[in-house]
Amino acid sequence: MNKVLMSGNNIIAEAAIRAGCRFYAGYPITPQNELTEYMAEHMRRADAGVFIQSESEIAAINMIAGASAAGVRVMTSSSSPGISLKQEGISSMAACELPGIIVNIMRGGPGLGNILPAQGDYFQATRGGGHGDYRTIVYGPGTCQELADLTMDAFDLADKYRTPVMILADGMMGQMMEPVIFKKPKPRQYSEKFMLRGAGTGKSKFIRGLLLDPIDSEEHNWKLARKYDVITKNETLHEEHNIEDAQLVIVAYGTAARIAKGAIKRLRDQGMKVGLFRPITLWPFPELKLRALSAKIKNFLVFEMSTGQMLDDVRLALQGYANIEFHGRPGGAVPTPAELANVIARLCDKND
Amino acid sequence: MSKTVFKRPKSLKENIFHYCPGCGHSIVHRLVAEVIDEMDIRGITIGVPPAGCAVLAYNYFDVDMIEAPHGRGPAMATAIKRTLPDRVVFSYQGDGDLAAIGIAESIHAANRGENITVIFINNACYGMTGGQMAPTTMLKQRTTTSPAGRHETLDGYPINVSEIFSQLKGSTYIERCIVNSPAGVNKTKKAIKKAFQCQVDGLGFSMVEILSLCPTNWKMTTIDSCKWMDEVMSKEFPPGVFKDTIATAKKTAEAT
Ligand SMILES: Cc1ncc(C[n+]2csc(CCOP(=O)(O)OP(=O)(O)O)c2C)c(N)n1
Ligand code: SF4
Repeated sequence: MNKVLMSGNNIIAEAAIRAGCRFYAGYPITPQNELTEYMAEHMRRADAGVFIQSESEIAAINMIAGASAAGVRVMTSSSSPGISLKQEGISSMAACELPGIIVNIMRGGPGLGNILPAQGDYFQATRGGGHGDYRTIVYGPGTCQELADLTMDAFDLADKYRTPVMILADGMMGQMMEPVIFKKPKPRQYSEKFMLRGAGTGKSKFIRGLLLDPIDSEEHNWKLARKYDVITKNETLHEEHNIEDAQLVIVAYGTAARIAKGAIKRLRDQGMKVGLFRPITLWPFPELKLRALSAKIKNFLVFEMSTGQMLDDVRLALQGYANIEFHGRPGGAVPTPAELANVIARLCDKND
Repeated sequence: MSKTVFKRPKSLKENIFHYCPGCGHSIVHRLVAEVIDEMDIRGITIGVPPAGCAVLAYNYFDVDMIEAPHGRGPAMATAIKRTLPDRVVFSYQGDGDLAAIGIAESIHAANRGENITVIFINNACYGMTGGQMAPTTMLKQRTTTSPAGRHETLDGYPINVSEIFSQLKGSTYIERCIVNSPAGVNKTKKAIKKAFQCQVDGLGFSMVEILSLCPTNWKMTTIDSCKWMDEVMSKEFPPGVFKDTIATAKKTAEAT
């Protein structure tokens, strides 16, 4: 297949259509508008594809829930404030076990914040965001190629576990252009028995989140918890970069991980042995893999475009077996590789 | 030989309604089920119950159903209908659900002319949560959150949903009915049937607003409730057909 040069937002949209997404609803918000616009233009070429510019992000998430129940692959996208509005719907999809993809092209926050790239929605994405005992699978892609691949994988995973999957990228990833190859999507595997398409001459079905009996509700919560355990066991993804001889390992995801790679190159040129651990699934977090590294590596630096959110997961993973430092720039400020390299060089001096 | 003159519609399950005695929801459920039976559309109908007293409607209607978060029924119904255009899709909503938290989803579904049917229960209060003020609560009506009676300067005015929706170019059929008498019930059934037929014929957005009893939260007997609906409620919300462009919609459909 040919390489094409596309922007991140367009890549996600194109990958979704190729993966068989046939229903998209979204509400304009920068820096993800190109995704919505691409869907408006290209859903038309898909057989029976539906695009709706919804009246709000709340309507959009409930639309995709409805279309998901009706049996098609669905996606919505937004940026931080809009994702906040979707939370009740995401919780509801998790409760009703409806597959669907939610894309968050993060911007600076809190509040209206700004339209620059940031990673301040990590807690919201990985802790559930909405109410109740549920989890959302969260991908944190780090390259445009990963945007293409993981978007397709997200649809498979959402179907496999009948649960919403979030793609958590930021304004930088959404706007940047890189060459990508779209892989061949796998055929969809999703049973008709989960679809609501009219009872025909058979028994009618219903899909609900309300469980008034506490015992039923408790059992449903445990059932979901067991599913999340299976996901945690089987679906974590991460990348290790220059780890073998590293004396300090940066832990970063998405755009921050790209910056970290730039910093690592500079530092290695100066003879400093620095590596990168990059979580690709943010939930489930690759906890055991990171802990395993602490057997021989004793210095970690968490680097995020936030005041320190993934930092909590790194602490939980390392359990005090290693030193953890943090460097972050929140609110849409994007650090340069040189800045990060300086921070690390100073740390290395201190450690020597 | 005895003749059956009254029986449970096939599209209702054999479950006992949880609704209070005298509640309008029970009446309207039955009417919707009768219409589904008569139109023989049980197998292709998908219903969207709300958060509200009718949240358990899937225990009663023997059709496929998916519960919507509070107010979002029309968004879900929109998506289901667009995904499965040959199914009959209806949302069933209370006045808090449709006219307060979900007014945006409702207005925009109507304005897009979504080919769905909305069954809108106006009982002038929030039933499920214990009788708080709804957007449709009458001026001076006492509720748990308007203990001195609804006052326009504090609480605004009762909202006339059918009148508003009839102004939208996207809507096709809007009627307001009242279920406080046998005649009213019969008329309501006709309106519901017309609304579903409008959808089956592919003619666009239809809504039946139904003035409905909530004796529990009105703190009245059923008989007094029926009287109050005549004397107070229907003065603010006069029953009638507010929009019916079915004939022109049919012509346009035939021409294209
Ligand atoms: C987001 C959200 N807010 C509030 C509620 C609580 N709630 C459930 S039903 C309801 C109002 C019900 O009133 P109405 O829509 O008029 O229906 P009725 O019960 O009178 O039939 C409210 C406020 C909820 N379920 N979800
Ligand atoms: S509270 Fe009112 S609307 Fe709810 S079931 Fe009782 S009578 Fe019906």
